[in-house]
Amino acid sequence: MALVEFADFSFKYLGADSLALRKVSASINEGEYVVITGPSGCGKTTLCRAINGLVPHFHRGYIAGNVYVDGQNTRDATVALLASSVGLVFQNPANQLVTLNVEKELAFGPENLGVEPQEIRKRVEEIIDLLNLEHLREKHPHEMSGGEQQRLAMAATLALKPKVLVADEPTSNLDPKSAELILDIISELNKRNGMTVILVEHRLDLVAKDASRIILLDKGQIVADGAPRDILPQDISMEIGVGIPKATQVYKRLQTKGIELSRVPLTGEELAMLVGEVTSS
Amino acid sequence: MILVEDIHFSYDGIYTALQGVSLQIEKGERVAIMGTNGAGKTTLIKHMNGLLRPQHGRVIVDGTDAKSLSIAELSRTVGLVWQNPDHQLFLDSVRKEIEFGLKNLGFSPEEANEQCTQTLKNLGLEGLAERSPFALSGGERKRVALATVLATEPRVLALDEPTIGQDAHQKERLASMLLDLNERERTVIVVTHDVEFVIENFPRTIAMADGRIVADGSTSSVLSNEDVLERCSLTPPQLTVAARALHKVFPQVPERLALLSELENAVSEILGVVP
Ligand SMILES: Nc1ncnc2c1ncn2[C@@H]1O[C@H](COP(=O)(O)OP(=O)(O)OP(=O)(O)O)[C@@H](O)[C@H]1O
Ligand SMILES: Nc1ncnc2c1ncn2[C@@H]1O[C@H](COP(=O)(O)OP(=O)(O)OP(=O)(O)O)[C@@H](O)[C@H]1O
Ligand SMILES: [Mg+2]
Ligand SMILES: [Mg+2]
Repeated sequence: MALVEFADFSFKYLGADSLALRKVSASINEGEYVVITGPSGCGKTTLCRAINGLVPHFHRGYIAGNVYVDGQNTRDATVALLASSVGLVFQNPANQLVTLNVEKELAFGPENLGVEPQEIRKRVEEIIDLLNLEHLREKHPHEMSGGEQQRLAMAATLALKPKVLVADEPTSNLDPKSAELILDIISELNKRNGMTVILVEHRLDLVAKDASRIILLDKGQIVADGAPRDILPQDISMEIGVGIPKATQVYKRLQTKGIELSRVPLTGEELAMLVGEVTSS
Repeated sequence: MILVEDIHFSYDGIYTALQGVSLQIEKGERVAIMGTNGAGKTTLIKHMNGLLRPQHGRVIVDGTDAKSLSIAELSRTVGLVWQNPDHQLFLDSVRKEIEFGLKNLGFSPEEANEQCTQTLKNLGLEGLAERSPFALSGGERKRVALATVLATEPRVLALDEPTIGQDAHQKERLASMLLDLNERERTVIVVTHDVEFVIENFPRTIAMADGRIVADGSTSSVLSNEDVLERCSLTPPQLTVAARALHKVFPQVPERLALLSELENAVSEILGVVP
C-alpha cells in the first residue's frame, strides 16, 4: 500500500452544510513531492488534517471512505500515533506553538515521540543552525513576528524527522529570501533523505520546479493530478485561479500563436533555454 | 496624510523593533511596505492607528499628532487589518463581524446590511454571511478580516499581509477593490511579501530591514536595486528573472519588463525571425 492513501474519502465539518472533501482518492508513495493547490476554501487544509488525524479526531463531522497512513487507518489510529510518521506545519503557525522559547519548542515534539535526550539536543542545534534561528533562541514564540513564528513552526516539525512532511502554506508569512531558503531545505530533504513532501501552496512559481506532482482541488474534489508540466498548462488551472508561473503563462500564450516549445517551462531560466533551443536548431 | 517622524519602539526595552523610522504618505497614494521577517513592518503599521505608540518621535495623521487621539478616534481615519485574523475576529457570525464596524460609524441597520452584502460579494464570501468566523478556511478568515475594514471605507487603509492564503483569483478581486477605493481618494498602505502583488498594484515601495527604512521610492526602482534586495531579503519579480535570463542569451530583450505581454512579445519577436 502507498504511504498515504485516500480511498473514496469524504468529510463534512460538524454543523457545515456541504462537504469539505468529496470522494477523494489518491495514492502518495514514499519519496514523492506533492503540491496541493486550488482556490481558497477548496479543502486543502482539510486534506492535510485528514493525513495527520486531526480530521476526524479533533475536527469532528461526517466521514465516509478511508485514509491510510503508513499502513494505519486514520479512523483507528490516534493523532499521537500518527505523529510518529506525519509532521504537519499548520496554516496558521501561531496555533501550533506551545512552549516558552525556541529550544523548548524544537525539543517538544521529539520528547513526545520518546527520542533520547542526547539525540534531541543534537537535533535542536542542527535545526537552529539550518533554519537560522540563533538570534531568536531566547524569544517567546508569541512575542515573535509572523514570519519568525512560521519559520519556528517549520523547524519544530522538521525536528520530528517525519517520514511525511505535510506543510500547509508554509511560506505565506515568509520574506522572499526565507521562503526560498525553507523550500530549498525541504527539497533537499526530499531528494537526499527521501522525505515524502505534501505541501500546500498558491504561488506555484516557488515550488513547481521542486514538485514531482501537483494535485488540483476544487470544491472538495480532485480535478487534476499529475506532473507539473502536464497540469499547469491545462485550461482548468487558469480557470480555477491557480498561481501559474509567468514562464508557463508565456508558453501558453505562444501556443495560441502556433509557436511550440519542446517542453513546458516552469521558470524564467528554463524559458530562455527553450527559446534558445528553437533559434539554434 | 500620514507623517511619521523618527519613531523608535521596543517591545521589551532591550531589543529595538523600530530604530528611527521616518516617512510621509500623501492622501490618495498606494504604498507597499516590504522587507525581512522581523524588520518591524507590523510594528510600524500598528503605529498608524495608535495600537502602538512611539517611545520616541511622533506620528501625525491629517495634521493632528496621533498622541492626542484615542485608538477609536484614529481608527475612524486609519482602518487596520491585522496580519493574523485570529487577533481581529471575535463575534459569532461573519455578518455581525462586518456590520459591527459599520454600525459604530453610524450606518443604519439597512445601510449596514447592504454594505455588508456588497463587500462579501466583492471578496468572494457570498454565502458565508451567517457562518461563524471560526468555522472557515484560513483564506476565508483573512478575507472576513479584510471585509470588516474595507466595508467601512476609511480614508486610510492599512493592511498587514492582505494576500496571505489567497489564490490568484481572490488576489485579483482584492486588488480591484483596493484600486477602486483608491480611485475614490482612499490611501492604501499594505505590508506584504508578495512581490508580484506589489509590482502589479503599488507604484511606491518602502523596503525595511532591522527596524529601519532601507529604501523608499518607485516600486520598479526599489525592486531592481540589487543592494536593497539583498539587505531586505527580497527577490526580483518573476518577470525580471525571466527577462534577465532571456537577455543573457538574446541581448535585444531588455533586462526589465513590466508586463507579461511584453515578455510574450519579446519571445515572439526572437522566434519570429527564425525561418
Ligand atoms: N509582542 C512582541 N513582543 C516582543 N517582541 C516582539 C513582539 N512582536 C514582535 N516582536 C519583535 O519585534 C521585531 C519586529 O517585529 P514585527 O512583527 O514588526 O516584524 P515584521 O517586519 O512585521 O515581520 P514579519 O515579516 O515576520 O511579519 C521582531 O524582532 C519581533 O521578534
Ligand atoms: N471548522 C470548520 N467548520 C466548518 N466548516 C469548515 C471548518 N473549517 C473549514 N470549513 C469549510 O470547509 C471548506 C474547506 O476548508 P479548508 O480549510 O480545507 O479550505 P482550504 O482549501 O484550506 O482554504 P484556504 O486556501 O482558504 O486555506 C471551506 O468551505 C470552509 O468554509
Ligand atoms: Mg487552508
Ligand atoms: Mg509582520
